[in-house]
Amino acid sequence: MIDLLTIFVLAVFVGFEVVSKVSTILHTPLMSGANAIHGVILVGAILITGRAEGGPELALGLAAVFLATVNVVGGFVVTDRMLEMFKGHKR
Amino acid sequence: MSPTWVQLAYLVAALCFVLALKGLSTPRYARLGNLVGAAGMALAVVTAYAHGAVHNGPLILLAVAAGAVVGVPAARSVKMTAIPQMVALFNGVGGAAAALVALVEFVEVDGSALFDVATVLTVLIGAVSFSGSVVTFLKLQEVMTTRPVLLPAGRFVGAGVALLGLALAPAVVATSSVPLLVALFAVGLALGVLFVLPVGGADVPIAISLLNAFTGLAVAASGYVLGNTLLIVAGTLVGASGTILTRLMAQAMGRPLANILFGAFTAARAAAAGGEQRTVRSGTVEDVAILLGYAHSVLVVPGYGLAVAQAQHAVRELAQLLEKRGIRVDYGIHPVAGRMPGHMNVLLAEADVPYENLKELDDVNPGMGSVDVALVVGANDVVNPGARDDPASPIYGMPIFEVDHAKAVVFMKRSMRPGFAGVDNGLLYHPKTTLLFGDAKDSLTKLLTAVKQL
Repeated sequence: MIDLLTIFVLAVFVGFEVVSKVSTILHTPLMSGANAIHGVILVGAILITGRAEGGPELALGLAAVFLATVNVVGGFVVTDRMLEMFKGHKR
Repeated sequence: MSPTWVQLAYLVAALCFVLALKGLSTPRYARLGNLVGAAGMALAVVTAYAHGAVHNGPLILLAVAAGAVVGVPAARSVKMTAIPQMVALFNGVGGAAAALVALVEFVEVDGSALFDVATVLTVLIGAVSFSGSVVTFLKLQEVMTTRPVLLPAGRFVGAGVALLGLALAPAVVATSSVPLLVALFAVGLALGVLFVLPVGGADVPIAISLLNAFTGLAVAASGYVLGNTLLIVAGTLVGASGTILTRLMAQAMGRPLANILFGAFTAARAAAAGGEQRTVRSGTVEDVAILLGYAHSVLVVPGYGLAVAQAQHAVRELAQLLEKRGIRVDYGIHPVAGRMPGHMNVLLAEADVPYENLKELDDVNPGMGSVDVALVVGANDVVNPGARDDPASPIYGMPIFEVDHAKAVVFMKRSMRPGFAGVDNGLLYHPKTTLLFGDAKDSLTKLLTAVKQL
């Protein structure tokens, strides 16, 4: 358990560090990109559904897989579309 | 414990996510960063499937396919102006997924007290994030009012529901009761709605960003529930970066976060004050064309109204025409122009407006006195002098473009309706202001013809 806590604390600092300086231009894409990354819950959804043995657990698990997939693919695609707009306008 | 190859794959995926966030923070590597993140995600998902999908493999693939069929077209077809509400929806479903994962794991596994605590957190935060995101979506889509909604005795209802949650949470840990956990989920849903309802229009993006951080934390907590390090790392990254981002956005609006989230309770009074009749001066297209055509320096301040009217291209054409006449044209982009920080930059980039003509507040305000015409297109709150002069204004303290210091101001508006924040703008009544009523795109096209004829 302490291992997991250590990972948590270190990840907090990494998270603070990587986005400490962002130009306002990129706030929207960054939010959208971070949004796509928390779609990683898809991994959790697959793991629990892969263990489910029928019944409501299976139904709920599949619902979670579906929702998480929407989060992941939607998030990355929207972010890419936004960033595409900046192409060719670099200084 | 998962096999080593699985752990290694998760480690690589986690690194990809860190690099993705890092890349997204710099214009040069942003797109690459996003792709790196997607690659990491693909690796993680394939690994989880190969290792964890012992049963129900085909069904899982079917659910993933269904999710892709819904998500990809939605993300591809959404208009650039509607991006914020799309992000809100994607965020909401992520929160719901986290809550479901924890719920199912709770039913299947009898874990320690610590496991129960993590479950409670995941379900509660996930539910808040889901229902809160749905309400922000409804607000931005203007299905419901964009004004702050204050329920009668809303503060007490909110406090009551929060207390109920505080009572339920330890009860779930103590009893490991599934029905109680479901009840807690319902409490979370109610809290999410109550949390977002009082947030006013212009501040909704801040709420989205905060809910985004919430979902990240829910995912991190679910990582404890499942003992999965990747979920912990990725969820925490999003939680931490989302918190910072929320603060940066609040700073761009010049207001403390608490004021944005709970300010509606105190601001309602101020709006009632300025009721007296004041006169405005509206001009014709020809008047404005002359004003623009013989200026030396023009500042365009675009707002969400420009985006709604799809007038980005028209404004760029007008700017090019003016530049041909030797007039200097700059765009003043407020950090919160549009409905999200950076939103306007995306929209103008889409219309091929040169990047170097986009100026920020600090670039423009000091030289405002030498600007001949400030052309405000579909913006309102970001040029409202009340934000600087009137401590009673709900947007007091937000940095603005001080276009009232320019030699003349032209306001292109559809009507006298106040801006997204619902605040009246004194600049509309200023003697040096000319109003040009009408749809932004329509007016700009007419202006274009009129300037050509000068």
